[in-house]
Amino acid sequence: MKDKICIAVTGLNAIDSPGPGIAVIRSLREAKSFDVKIIGLAYESLEPGIYMHDVVDKTYQIPYPTAGTENLLKRLEYIHDIEKIDVIIPNFDAELFPMIKLEAQLKKIGISMFLPTVEQFEERLKINLPEFGKKYGIKVPHSKAIFSTAEIAGLINEFTYPIVVKGKHYDAEIAHTPEQVNTYYNKISAKWGLPVIIQQFIHGIEYNLTGLGDGKGNTVAAVPMRKQYITEKGKAWGGISIEEENILKIAENFVSSTKWRGGFELELLKDPNNNFHLLEINPRMPAWIYLSVGVGQNIPEALVKLALGEDVKPFDTYKVGKMFIRYSWDMIVDVEEFHTLSTLGEL
Amino acid sequence: MEKLRYERPVIKKLETNMPNKFGLRTEYVAKTHIDGVAVKDLIKDHGSPVFVISEETIRKTYRQAKKAFTTRYPKVQFAWSYKTNYLGAVCRTFHQEGSWAEVVSGFEYDKALNNGVEGNKIIFNGPDKTDEDLKKAIKNGSLIHIDHLDELYSVIELAETMSTKPRVAIRINMDTGIYPMWDRFGFNYENGQAWDALNKIMRNKNLELVGLHCHIGTFMLTAQAYGTAAYKMADLALGIKKKYKHDIKYIDMGGGFASKNTLKGSYLPGADTNPTFDDFAEAITSALINSNFEPDNLPLLILETGRALIDDAGFLVGTVISNKRSSLGKRTTIIDVGVNILFTSFWYEHKVTPAQPFTQYTEDTTLYGPLCMNIDVVRESANLPLLNKGDHFVIHSVGAYNMTQWMQFITLRPAVVMIDKNSKAHVIREKETIDNITLMEKVPEHLEEFEL
Amino acid sequence: MKIKKNIALSESGFVFNPSTGESFSVNPIGIEVFNAIKEEQSYEEISKTMLSKYNTDGDTFEKDYNDFVQLLNTYQLIELANEG
Repeated sequence: MKDKICIAVTGLNAIDSPGPGIAVIRSLREAKSFDVKIIGLAYESLEPGIYMHDVVDKTYQIPYPTAGTENLLKRLEYIHDIEKIDVIIPNFDAELFPMIKLEAQLKKIGISMFLPTVEQFEERLKINLPEFGKKYGIKVPHSKAIFSTAEIAGLINEFTYPIVVKGKHYDAEIAHTPEQVNTYYNKISAKWGLPVIIQQFIHGIEYNLTGLGDGKGNTVAAVPMRKQYITEKGKAWGGISIEEENILKIAENFVSSTKWRGGFELELLKDPNNNFHLLEINPRMPAWIYLSVGVGQNIPEALVKLALGEDVKPFDTYKVGKMFIRYSWDMIVDVEEFHTLSTLGEL
Repeated sequence: MEKLRYERPVIKKLETNMPNKFGLRTEYVAKTHIDGVAVKDLIKDHGSPVFVISEETIRKTYRQAKKAFTTRYPKVQFAWSYKTNYLGAVCRTFHQEGSWAEVVSGFEYDKALNNGVEGNKIIFNGPDKTDEDLKKAIKNGSLIHIDHLDELYSVIELAETMSTKPRVAIRINMDTGIYPMWDRFGFNYENGQAWDALNKIMRNKNLELVGLHCHIGTFMLTAQAYGTAAYKMADLALGIKKKYKHDIKYIDMGGGFASKNTLKGSYLPGADTNPTFDDFAEAITSALINSNFEPDNLPLLILETGRALIDDAGFLVGTVISNKRSSLGKRTTIIDVGVNILFTSFWYEHKVTPAQPFTQYTEDTTLYGPLCMNIDVVRESANLPLLNKGDHFVIHSVGAYNMTQWMQFITLRPAVVMIDKNSKAHVIREKETIDNITLMEKVPEHLEEFEL
Repeated sequence: MKIKKNIALSESGFVFNPSTGESFSVNPIGIEVFNAIKEEQSYEEISKTMLSKYNTDGDTFEKDYNDFVQLLNTYQLIELANEG
């Protein structure tokens, strides 16, 4: 008989710009080495996963990261008392920092996670990406953090238009003129604060890779994918697993040199000279993680085993040419369920 | 039968949003007592509002900071930053713990002397030192941190006429990779200004160069910048040794450590993200230890951190004046604490908690102060429990700068109370009276009489 | 002034407005006031009950009551008498 493991998962917002939670849970439910009980952790009352009772066994609302780790810890202790959670898999960027801070405390009460260290988490931040690339010998587009519109005129000395104007945490706009940079600078800095990041725009084709590092430098899993259809919000609506040695090499270099611990996604761009540039590192599994199950590398399952301290043998093959095509689905829900969640914070 | 606690009836629309990045901040624990003294008693005895300082918190925080540095570096000295909070009782608490005094004006210098600090344990910083100030500091053997060339020339001139040799350091500014770079104080490291000043001092037989000083910014959210600064300071000190065979006695890394307050616009609370004393200590001491100083001849490390030592020890306790609703339907609450006594509300999202029990029901509330001015906003938006008129509340982490930068405006400044380790409250600054203000005024004779 | 006929308040303090599709939550004192209005009690009756039960004064309650009713009106949960 397989063990039954209780796993709590966030990111149940399977909407048009989806969180990875539902895809992670589907992968876990197909795990060969264990059975699962799934606890959903939700911030808002309309996250679809809350109402998907065949996917999520029970959902609890948790406080936003802005409420501080103290409040979050209290809530998780309360849920743990009832459900006896073995593993938590956080799936939102914004909650990773507080979760990393809580990792040791949660371990003490018997909850395991498998997250990057604070140093790994911060090193890969957009604002630190140029140094990151230099340190680990990974090509990244030239970028610069600017703090004032006075710096815009001088950009022409370092960049060739068009350039990408990015927020500290989110948002990116492509600018073709200094005037456009000025507009986007004001818009983005108002929303995300300073600095604003200027990045060289590179023409090319976008590739992604999701993988798992064991924290000792070994790449446990790595699945490269090319997006086939991209929504207005820049999310993949369809993609296909590919065979591309260069991408796998970049991933292995990334994992072995940073000793990356946990799931991750690399966003890459191939220029017309067939050079790959690293655009971004997401410190968690992506929303398309279920493709990894489809190609024979169940990354969420392997991550849970690593979290529980088990040895995991790295995957060495995956199926090429497997596609994922996303679809949306309307559920019918009674308003009482919504009311129950909203008043009790549990469903 | 005793009546139940009243809470106003509220109805709140359930928002059906998807997770957005800026969630609501909830601050759900009543702060009914401060160090064992009931908030309502503090207000009964000392009026509302009233500043409250926890002596125990000061001592605990100071010891934490000291331990962070002394476990990593052999010679450490703290100097209390007077401008952060120069109430006599506060300064003396730090002096009892072993802090020297760090002052930035003649007024603060005299305050330190009045507090009983020996002249050679006063560090004199800042761009505005008069000749009188400098004479006094030279005579007392204080550590004069020179900010600009004009000041250096004044010291050189004074030294010629005085029998005591001035003990001087210069303030260095530098690029540590942070923004904004504080280059308005002191001499620049990168462009050679610092060396120019150092050469002038070293060639003058009447001055003694005792140290190097820097202060790279305020409310620093990255400890690493201090590592960079310490490295550059060590480089200068070693350069002086090489060129003039002169050992400087100390490196003063200034202050600027962030407290646990949350800056406006930050996503995560400051208590979770701001670097700790250990982080700052690690960055500074490892840069110094890894530099080329001989292990037995490390300079004294001086720290002037103010904010991070006192912020958490200060509370501002007040009372709700009224609840209103804005034209757009938003809850607004007027409290008796205005921005004139809470300057820091311009850049912090100060934590505010009720001082009495409440239910889990909250409303998104704007907290307005009592000043008849549009800028008087203590919190733009706080998800607060339902406060009634007359209820008390506690504003947290207000110990730094508020009690020095406060303004007397349309009303009198409140009392400041310090609670000792036995939960005894001592008034350390009386509530102002109208006489305190008007006795300093003079009315010309021809304006004394009028008829209406 | 009447609470609209099709508006129901659950014990846990939930209000669902079937004509607009909006949901609301009400605190315990709000539930008492809401139910009293639904039973068509006059302001005087409601105020008397509340003042005898809770530690507050008439002025405060009057102000809070008016604020509450104004919100019910904003959320279109009540109809004013002349609209019948």
